[in-house]
Amino acid sequence: MVPIAYYLILAAILFSIGVSAFLIKRNVITVFMSIELMLNAVNLTFVAFSHMWNQVQGQIFVFFVMVVAAAEAAVGLAIIIAIFRSRQTLNVDQINLMRL
Amino acid sequence: MPYSYLWLIPLLPFIGFLINGTIGRKLPRNAVTGIALLFTAVPAVIVAYLWTIMKAANAPEVIRVVSRPWIAITGFQVNFAFTVDHLTLIMLSIITGVGFLIHLYSAGYMAHEDGYWRFFAYLNLFMFFMSVLVLSESFLLLFVGWEGVGLASYLLIGFYFKKDAAANAGKKAFIVNRIGDFGFLLAMFLLIAHFGNLNFTQVFAEITAHPEWHGGFLTAIALLLVLGAAGKSAQIPLYVWLPDAMEGPTPVSALIHAATMVTAGIYMVARCHTLFDRSPFALGVVAIIGAATALFAASIGMVQQDIKRVLAYSTVSQLGYMFLACGVAAYSAAIFHLMTHAFFKALLFLAAGSVIHALSGEQDMRKMGALRKRIPVTFWTMTAGVFAIAGIYPFSGFFSKDEILYQTFTSPNPLAKLLWLVGLVTAGMTSFYMFRLWFKTFFGASHVEEEGAHGHTVAQGKDEHDEGQAAHSHGVHESPWVMLAPLVILAILSVIGGWVGIPAALGGHNEMEHFLDPVFTTEVAPTIVGHGLELGLAAVSLLTAFIGLLIAYFLYIRKPGASTAFVLRVKPLYTLLENKFYVDEVYHALIVMPLIVLTRILLYGVVDFGIVDASGKLAGAATRGLGSVTRRIQSGNIRSYAGWLALGAAAVLTVMIFGHSLWPH
Repeated sequence: MVPIAYYLILAAILFSIGVSAFLIKRNVITVFMSIELMLNAVNLTFVAFSHMWNQVQGQIFVFFVMVVAAAEAAVGLAIIIAIFRSRQTLNVDQINLMRL
Repeated sequence: MPYSYLWLIPLLPFIGFLINGTIGRKLPRNAVTGIALLFTAVPAVIVAYLWTIMKAANAPEVIRVVSRPWIAITGFQVNFAFTVDHLTLIMLSIITGVGFLIHLYSAGYMAHEDGYWRFFAYLNLFMFFMSVLVLSESFLLLFVGWEGVGLASYLLIGFYFKKDAAANAGKKAFIVNRIGDFGFLLAMFLLIAHFGNLNFTQVFAEITAHPEWHGGFLTAIALLLVLGAAGKSAQIPLYVWLPDAMEGPTPVSALIHAATMVTAGIYMVARCHTLFDRSPFALGVVAIIGAATALFAASIGMVQQDIKRVLAYSTVSQLGYMFLACGVAAYSAAIFHLMTHAFFKALLFLAAGSVIHALSGEQDMRKMGALRKRIPVTFWTMTAGVFAIAGIYPFSGFFSKDEILYQTFTSPNPLAKLLWLVGLVTAGMTSFYMFRLWFKTFFGASHVEEEGAHGHTVAQGKDEHDEGQAAHSHGVHESPWVMLAPLVILAILSVIGGWVGIPAALGGHNEMEHFLDPVFTTEVAPTIVGHGLELGLAAVSLLTAFIGLLIAYFLYIRKPGASTAFVLRVKPLYTLLENKFYVDEVYHALIVMPLIVLTRILLYGVVDFGIVDASGKLAGAATRGLGSVTRRIQSGNIRSYAGWLALGAAAVLTVMIFGHSLWPH
């Protein structure tokens, strides 16, 4: 049986990659994908703990996260398309309408 | 509930105040007058009806209405409770009767003024609070009326608020009265501490039930009440506000600062006579304050040139008389004098107002003279007032003043003879300054500045009255009938008002005293003296009044130059009197200036500027500084936001994981 720590370390690595990609990348779609990566890292810990404690709640929670992520992806991609149509760019540094 | 119509006496003027105070500005003047007069006339009718009840056979001694509790906490309860006994009835009659006459007079006097509606709204408000004051059954409700009349007085003194002098006089009256109210409040706290309630009946019943109580805390309560009364009734050392209060319109001076409000202090002392009877010391203080004030104010009144100021100092002096009467436990004499004084002093003020009206705003007696033929009704009514206040037999003032002097002379007070002498000298001075006013205004050579010279008077701005009057001034003119009718009624009352108190020595029954007997069941045994003494004293005081008359006649009619020559011979004394003993200046130097310096330096400089303002400014500057740093975070760069978020999350996690070792549990 694989020890729980391995899952957690893997999840931490995935999460960190997601965070760094989010901070470094400028392309909106890449940023979006890094968010998915972070979500899935969290999902992994849920499943791991769920398995460890023989509790089903963690897995149910994962389904919810996936549903929300799917919805988010749908809305997010729509927004990205709308932005691209109006600005002809996907660079987040140039999408700064909310700056002071 | 029987007698529940008692509530109407204060409530109707209050409704009048509400109507005139809110929509009066839009109403025509006639409607404002009608409302104000109606809502003061009906209470007067109710009071007249109360007389029939109280004078009927087997009449109740007191009529009482009580509401649901106003303040009710464990062990302490105050109701809205009104009570009418013989004392209240007399006060109510003065307030509603004289009050109505003065309302009527004001309709003529104020006819050309701006803020007509405001004036009548304030007058009605005053009537409301004054009736609450005399009707109340407890110290607390009395205090409500007490403060309320102070408010009305403030508003009316400052009626011409655009004039600095009027606004300042209003403030002065209000602030000086606060000192007295402070004493009243402390007295109420002591009453609560010792009796657990503030109802007159319960407090006085408990005092009566403990004959062994003398002095001690009763003296303390009484002295604090005297402080309150000295503020409201303008006694030494708090009298300074009353002369300045003459900045208000003349009807106000007549109603509030002569006939009713200023007598509230005397009423209160009389109402608490059970308390005062137990404290000879407090009574002595009252008597000395009264006598001193009477003499002091009369001496200042002798040299004033402003017709209203003479009357103002005269009022202070007469109030001193009433205080003196209270101080020798002659409460019914005090109330008797209060009543006759209300008649003749209201009359004098209104007549003076009529003179001022006739001269289009002139108040300086040096610019009057020989008005007797030109305004005859005013002259004859004022004559009645002058003879009444001077104490000439058989005008009303003679009987009440004589009663006070007689009671003083025979009182057990160790200083009785001295107090009597002071009262007598004051009577002579009163006679002198009143006849001086009379002669200077109505006799001798005319010093009136005729038409064309009015511009000069207006420019001086003696009284705002000028400005309203300027449009219709056609030289000296008699006032309209709405002003003369109250004068005539008050003149009749000033003549015959004293006849209810003709002493037995002069063949009367002193009905006034018997009428008030149920209220003033005094414990001090009356001194029995023969009628001879009483007649002798009356003769002496009458003689004094005539001496005052003769001196005034000699100085101002027989040898008009003599007064100037006489003044030159006693120049320092005259200057001292003319400047009112420099009391205002002394108060200014000793109290006002230190207070101003204290507030400027300590309160404004240190507390307000150094602490309050500074802490506000510091908070503002800190927020700004922090903001100028942290606003750089809001760059519009999503990735930097995310970076901060990650950093924050990392910080929270670090604290959660490693924080345990940082602080003890």
